[in-house]
Amino acid sequence: MNHTLWIGVIGTSAIAYGLKLAGHSVPEKFLSHPLIKRINLLIPIALLSALVAVQSVTTKSAIVIDHRLVGLGAAILTLVLKAPFPIVVLSAAITSAAVYNFF
Amino acid sequence: MSRVSSPTFRDSLSVSFTVGAYGVAFGAAAVANGFSVVQSCLLSLLTFSGASQFAVIGVIGAGGSAISGIATASLLGFRNGLYGVLMAPILKVRGFKRLVAAHITIDESTGVSLSQEARGPEAMREGFWLTGFGVFIFWNLFTLAGALGAKAMGDPSAWGLDAAVPAAFLGLVWPRLKSSTDKTLAIIAAVFAIATTPFLPAGLPIIGTAVIAVIVGLRVKA
Repeated sequence: MNHTLWIGVIGTSAIAYGLKLAGHSVPEKFLSHPLIKRINLLIPIALLSALVAVQSVTTKSAIVIDHRLVGLGAAILTLVLKAPFPIVVLSAAITSAAVYNFF
Repeated sequence: MSRVSSPTFRDSLSVSFTVGAYGVAFGAAAVANGFSVVQSCLLSLLTFSGASQFAVIGVIGAGGSAISGIATASLLGFRNGLYGVLMAPILKVRGFKRLVAAHITIDESTGVSLSQEARGPEAMREGFWLTGFGVFIFWNLFTLAGALGAKAMGDPSAWGLDAAVPAAFLGLVWPRLKSSTDKTLAIIAAVFAIATTPFLPAGLPIIGTAVIAVIVGLRVKA
């Protein structure tokens, strides 16, 4: 497990920097193709949405509905009300902790 | 002209502090997902890209392999490469300065820089460097604070940390959902990830959605 964590830390960092440096080094036309740009906007949407889903309703390989989903509901509510990011995260944490501790 | 009073300086500083403060959420989430304080801080120092950092701790924390974690984080880090393409002709730096510029090429430094366009290329460069370094300093300090705080707390669920992580991802994706295609893709990706979690090895339900994004990108005209 500890190896996995270290490989994750080092591998992610190395590739993250490689991607940044590559951007500063390649000719502009290489990455400015409209299709590449469009897919580049869509990939983060898909990955982040998947992460929201997996982190709120799954534990290991099971679907688990618990206090986290209530917290996520609070986050959605604050986002609809256009609250800033820290308020979104805090509301989710407080709501989820309240359900976890008191129910 | 005094730098401190310049509008570019004010823009950079306010973005640096508010964004850097999210580092608390990252540090706490990393520790809650089983990473050590040192590992959490190294991610902020070396990866220095919020979404990628949350992704690698999220995937590995959920039991995914190192490869799944790295792959998900790297797909999210791809956009920093595109920012570099935009910034290189504006910064016009070589050698060591270019190596440093690459490391601080993130959403915020690029965003502030591009927003200074009306004030001229000098303001754009100043916005990039000030915001890049500013976010770097605050992001790392707050990561350390969050990691140490979470270590002192104990049970992450009792403090709502396990809900803070998906809320953070939601906060990152929400402003990106502009067109109906974006929203539909978000829902499909979420449903796909949940539905495949019982069957696929951890991590794959997340990376798999990148394929869906590519298919949508190929089919939908912008």
